[in-house]
Amino acid sequence: MAAILTFAEACDGRLRRASLETVSEARRLAGSLGASVVSVVIGPGTAALAGELGSYGADRVFVFADAALGSYATESWARAVAQAAAETKPQVVLFPFTAMGKDLAPRVAARLDAGLASDCVALEVKEGRLVARRPVYAGKAYATVEWTGEPQLASLRPNVFPLGTPDTSRKAEVVEGTVDATSRAKVASVAAASQGKVQLTEAQIIVSGGRGLKGPENFHLVEGLADAMGAAVGASRAVVDAGWVDHQMQVGQTGKTVSPTLYVACGISGAIQHLAGMSSSKTIVAINKDPDAPIFKVADYGILGDVFEVLPKLAEAAKAHFASRG
Amino acid sequence: MKIVVCVKQVPDTETRVRIAPDGKSIVETDVNWIVSPFDEFAIEEALRIKEAKGGEVVLVSVGPDRAQSALRTGLAMGADSAIHVKDPLLEAADALPTAKALAAAIRAQAPFDLVLCGQQGVGGDNSQIPGLIAEMLDLPQVTVAVKIEIHDGKAKAEREIEGGREVWETSLPAVVSAQKGLNEPRYASLKGIMGAKKKPLQVVDAAALGLDAADLAPKVRTRAIELPPPRPAVTMIEGDPATQAKELVRRLHEEAKVI
Repeated sequence: MAAILTFAEACDGRLRRASLETVSEARRLAGSLGASVVSVVIGPGTAALAGELGSYGADRVFVFADAALGSYATESWARAVAQAAAETKPQVVLFPFTAMGKDLAPRVAARLDAGLASDCVALEVKEGRLVARRPVYAGKAYATVEWTGEPQLASLRPNVFPLGTPDTSRKAEVVEGTVDATSRAKVASVAAASQGKVQLTEAQIIVSGGRGLKGPENFHLVEGLADAMGAAVGASRAVVDAGWVDHQMQVGQTGKTVSPTLYVACGISGAIQHLAGMSSSKTIVAINKDPDAPIFKVADYGILGDVFEVLPKLAEAAKAHFASRG
Repeated sequence: MKIVVCVKQVPDTETRVRIAPDGKSIVETDVNWIVSPFDEFAIEEALRIKEAKGGEVVLVSVGPDRAQSALRTGLAMGADSAIHVKDPLLEAADALPTAKALAAAIRAQAPFDLVLCGQQGVGGDNSQIPGLIAEMLDLPQVTVAVKIEIHDGKAKAEREIEGGREVWETSLPAVVSAQKGLNEPRYASLKGIMGAKKKPLQVVDAAALGLDAADLAPKVRTRAIELPPPRPAVTMIEGDPATQAKELVRRLHEEAKVI
């Protein structure tokens, strides 16, 4: 039987949401391809996650639970995924386009000598083969791509593919795998810079600030609104390059491309490279005092006004809204 | 230290994308071609390592004739020599065949200590080349690095992940890809620009690298490229700030249903 292989990333003993989105999408495609769904999960203790992968659609789960695979290493993990691929001969291999998936998928593609489409936002089956849609030029355009051979490898943008409904009566067969666990490049330590904070690429809501804030000392207004909304904080390239905030917060062509359900742009004029990185957001709010700011051209809702007056009021109103909803 | 840096020429990030009549590519007239910004970080890092430890920096690029201007920019910044891989077989190349050509050109530079790349080529946005060439060259990799230290034949690099950084250690040679934040790339000086014209730039084709049409056959093909669907017109929210704030929250909840 044909198979779709998915890489399932675990983080602190739990499956990342993006891994579940990936296996959900595999289950959705499995019908049209007449394929079974096989997932790979790596790391000691991850056998416990096979049940959850099964409930989201995996028929089989390869578990590489060797203690030596305790922290992510590209070489050994690529070997494990390639081994699962060698045993299942998949038509399709899916990865989440997370930091780990982005590092791992090309290495697996080279091992399998197979084509990889990165950061896909839609997949469909046409005449028994996969067709993918993916942003190019950071979302200034979208490409429709196809593979010339098999397996067809794709990485999926987090936060875009819907989660399936878990069915706990679905059970996955567990296959224990072993692999050479050596790697020349290894993680020596982890510095979690912003533990507990909402991550930009995974956020449902993003509040971003730009030059309209006038200085780093005023950026707390953006953070205040983000706190009130349970949102991640983003920034324009101008304020990152000016050193107000860390580049990890940059949204745009040389920063992160995001598609949250709600994007609130505060004091951001909307340079073309910024618009590229956020214009696929579901709903966009722009707050700017310049009526001609290009950001209003992509916004659903606009407030023509001073961020210094509007942001505190908006934080207040958002707080009241979320409080009333418990 | 001998460092090889992969360079891609891309449209300026301020480029307004227009779709070509073939429906599969973008209009290239009026495009200002630049060194991919992430590759600039890689070139800068290579030059800093060379300045600290001695050695040489070799640039490699796969692309059409115009790619030579990107290589000249890197030479003007301070790289020592450049290799331009140019072949009709590579015109439709996606990431995997491009990586094969780069890997072959890099292999010919052995022995080397380090291969640096940008973590992503602006435009194609595939983020695949570093991992692909690392596997093809059987080298360890650290991608999306915001800090690189070289000592005692090893590299220590900080890699950006969701919500933090990992510190990786690897033996050399290795492939490391550069993320924004790694450094502030220098501008080429006038002297550098003049000097770059005299630096060696070698052009090689696929055959010279031992690659044929089968090796370089595309694996992923673009069927169509289109602009994103236009967004609906903006609804401006009127009133004083307090009224605007309340009205916006109401609409986000009741109309857009996003909060």
